[in-house]
Amino acid sequence: MYYIISRRTIPSLFVPFAKIIEQPQAHLVLEVHLLWTVMTLSAEAPPKATHTPSLPPTHTVTLTVNGTETQLQLAPWTSLLDALREYMDLTGTKKGCDHGQCGACTVLVDGKRINACLTLAIMQEGKQITTIEGIAQTCTDAPDGLHPIQKAFIDYDAFQCGYCTPGQICSAVGLLNEGKAKTTADIRELMSGNICRCGAYTNIVQAIEEVINQQTV
Amino acid sequence: MSQVIGKPINRVDGRDKVTGKAKYAAEFQVPGLAYGYVVSGTIAKGKITRIDTSEALSLDGVLQVFTHENRPRLAWFDISYKDQDAPPGSPFRPLQDATIKYSGQPIALVVAETFEVARYAASLIRVEYKEEPHETSLEANLHRARPQKHGVADLLKPPPPKPKGDFNTVYEESPVKMYGRYSHAAEHHNPMELFASTVVYEKGGKKPKLTIYDKTQGVTNSILYVSQVFDIPFKNIRVLSPYMGGGFGSGLRPQYQLFMAVMASLELKRSVRVTLTRQQMFTFGHRPATVQNVAISASADGAMNALYHDARGETSRFEDYTEIVTNWGGMLYPPENVTQDYKLVPLDVYTPLDMRAPGGVTGISALEIAVDELAYELGMDPLELRLKNYTDLDHNSQKPFSSKELRACFQQGAERFGWSKRQFEPRSMRKGHNLIGWGMATGIWEANQMPARAEAALLVNGKLWVSSATADIGTGTYTIMTQIAADALGVPMEDVLFKLGDSDFPVAPISGGSWTAATVGMAVHSACEAVGKSLLELAKKLAGSPFKGAKWEDIEFADRQLRLKREPTTAVSLQTLVDLNGGKAVRETSTGLPNALKQKDYARATHSAAFVEVMVDEDLGTVKVTRAVSAIAAGRILNPKTARSQILGGMVWGISKALHEESILDHNVGRFMNHNLAEYHVSVNADIHDLDVIFVEENDTIVNPLGIKGVGEIGIVAMPAAVANAIFHATGKRVRDLPITLDRLI
Ligand code: FES
Ligand code: FES
Repeated sequence: MYYIISRRTIPSLFVPFAKIIEQPQAHLVLEVHLLWTVMTLSAEAPPKATHTPSLPPTHTVTLTVNGTETQLQLAPWTSLLDALREYMDLTGTKKGCDHGQCGACTVLVDGKRINACLTLAIMQEGKQITTIEGIAQTCTDAPDGLHPIQKAFIDYDAFQCGYCTPGQICSAVGLLNEGKAKTTADIRELMSGNICRCGAYTNIVQAIEEVINQQTV
Repeated sequence: MSQVIGKPINRVDGRDKVTGKAKYAAEFQVPGLAYGYVVSGTIAKGKITRIDTSEALSLDGVLQVFTHENRPRLAWFDISYKDQDAPPGSPFRPLQDATIKYSGQPIALVVAETFEVARYAASLIRVEYKEEPHETSLEANLHRARPQKHGVADLLKPPPPKPKGDFNTVYEESPVKMYGRYSHAAEHHNPMELFASTVVYEKGGKKPKLTIYDKTQGVTNSILYVSQVFDIPFKNIRVLSPYMGGGFGSGLRPQYQLFMAVMASLELKRSVRVTLTRQQMFTFGHRPATVQNVAISASADGAMNALYHDARGETSRFEDYTEIVTNWGGMLYPPENVTQDYKLVPLDVYTPLDMRAPGGVTGISALEIAVDELAYELGMDPLELRLKNYTDLDHNSQKPFSSKELRACFQQGAERFGWSKRQFEPRSMRKGHNLIGWGMATGIWEANQMPARAEAALLVNGKLWVSSATADIGTGTYTIMTQIAADALGVPMEDVLFKLGDSDFPVAPISGGSWTAATVGMAVHSACEAVGKSLLELAKKLAGSPFKGAKWEDIEFADRQLRLKREPTTAVSLQTLVDLNGGKAVRETSTGLPNALKQKDYARATHSAAFVEVMVDEDLGTVKVTRAVSAIAAGRILNPKTARSQILGGMVWGISKALHEESILDHNVGRFMNHNLAEYHVSVNADIHDLDVIFVEENDTIVNPLGIKGVGEIGIVAMPAAVANAIFHATGKRVRDLPITLDRLI
């Protein structure tokens, strides 16, 4: 039922696909994305068939966010992003597109960066979820309660409006964890899933380089 | 004397932004909140013949579905719907009636207990339409171009001046000339934050009390709109916008989620939040597509003698959105024979909306490619041609500029970039299979100041509280106002608490046009000065006061003290003075007004010179902007760190406009088809390489006493033309249509 492909769904699949394919639950995420695309589409072009609509029951979902376990009563299709923002008041994680196209919702799941809008809350039970509110706790050396990346972002003015910033920071920490970025070009490439409409890219790259240099000293 | 103004200070709101504490419009938790989800129309023009909401309403958790059939009765007259940035015409009213005016028009609002249910219920609404033929193509409707309607908007966006001299004859007879036809696509602002309004409902006396968290570039504009449309007195409404996740012009007018959320809240007597989707961010204002013609001629030595520039911009059927597209040539260059012309083509689209350097980047992109073309007709270095035609006069108004350090921009920018090593011939520089191109362009933008008010209060604990109902849309307002206040009363920045984005604060205009720094800066400065004057009065009351005969000119503020200028050791601490005020803060509200008398004999503008290097893959035609230098003359720079970020952002926008940004209309359905961030391309990190910013020194006491000109837009203005000119230099191919995508280059 998920594989309804139209002219508009095809291109919108490419970008998120490249990003999520590396992840273990890639096929699941892809299905969720398809389901969403179908739902969004159907909002624009209503189905012809008449039926009495009903909703599937909610589920009890236990999420471990920033080291704290929380039980929530959620619809099965509530995204991790909406669970964080609307049910846990963790609004540091941002919604910029809800379609895996902007990176504003980047969080860490077991240390790896993912788009929280592309995964269902219910799929993340038992995982360690880290959001911007808890990112400083993940490093032993957090002077002033700031992760070195957070501090470097302030010093290099790596943001303007600040809306993409939590996603950029989580993504940067994920990048450090991956340990793949060796050159400036690597950083630019590997941070390209996080759009900054304010255009703070050069400062973001400098901030990340600063932290990488500190670590290797 | 200045302690912190001019220093590269970190943003005062930086910590909130990197820790996720900064709250944006959709992020305020309210007990009992209901969620609204907007249903968008799918045709470009016609009527809704049937809208069936029964299935949606039967769903558990759905509270109401609002459509044009059941919406409450609202204000009658257009004037009530006119916001501070409304162009002449009749503003769009959401859910007004069955008429569809553009594709994506909001046609219903579902309100439910949860976001998930509201979104699902929205998919159950059935709509039938009677379609009417629509026109959305600018190119196909150029013959309908007509002059703009006039209104108050003319004050800020005057139509082109009357032609002068005799363009036709001089152009015909000139030995060297160029002509080009230029176009660019419609673009959408796409700030990262989705448009959202959270309306907190409280029962009031006769009318309820609303606290509204709105994504807006001006809380004053939002409160005005809500009050007029819904007939609620100001005192019952408070609009807050402490943070805004990017504006770029999109928040200059109240967007329809505000209307929807307030309507639902009033009807349901509940708190309601409405957030638009990214797709819906393509269903209100955009930068209008434009077609332009430019012709310039010169004598053999490169002196320009005639200039023609016309533009046709799109607007909606219901409002005349205008921008200044064609007036810039007369401000930058001195030819005696000039014709500038601007007309509108109404189409079945939403009214366009100011987008970063509206009109400026549009017109100058065409003009500055044209100047490059003239340079090649002359066989003259493009920078040399600009220096040859340098002028200190605005030839439209015949007034001198209050300051214009563009020459220094050219010199310093060229030097940093290494322009002198450029080879003139196109396709003459390469690296392996990459063609290298160097291009440059000039930029100009207005330096305006509006009236605004601010309050300053020296509190009993010695801290300085300052407020104004302005916005920080990422521009650094929080930081620079803190700096201005700190210097005005000689206190360290950590003693200052500057607040904004609250309609309860003294009124300020919408934050746009690069005028916020000067406008609110002068208001803050003046409010702090008023507090300073009251402090002097208190100082005179000290027993045996050494300040008895002191005048305002005799004193200064530094190190948390008021002291005599000629004898700084004669000082009294601000804390001592506020203690004399009977347990009350020393509080003053003041208005910052532009000094029209001083300004009236001058043209006021910021200038820039952009130098760009591109690398074009000869086989694939891919373009990379490998290096760019922008030299900026923008008066006094309050904070080089945040100002530099503004310019960098503008440069990224310029590259994005030159190479990527294009909202593509399918004229068969009259809809923007690439309405998401995967298909509407903006520059990402990998697209941006070395960017360098130079602020040249520019002193200007005419614009305002602080010498501020504003930096929000000047960074973008010259960039697209510089990129296009560099691509020409690399490839020998002149592309006159933006964005310069592969298909246009190969
Ligand atoms: S909100 Fe998840 S990628 Fe944009
Ligand atoms: S800081 Fe505004 S989008 Fe990145």
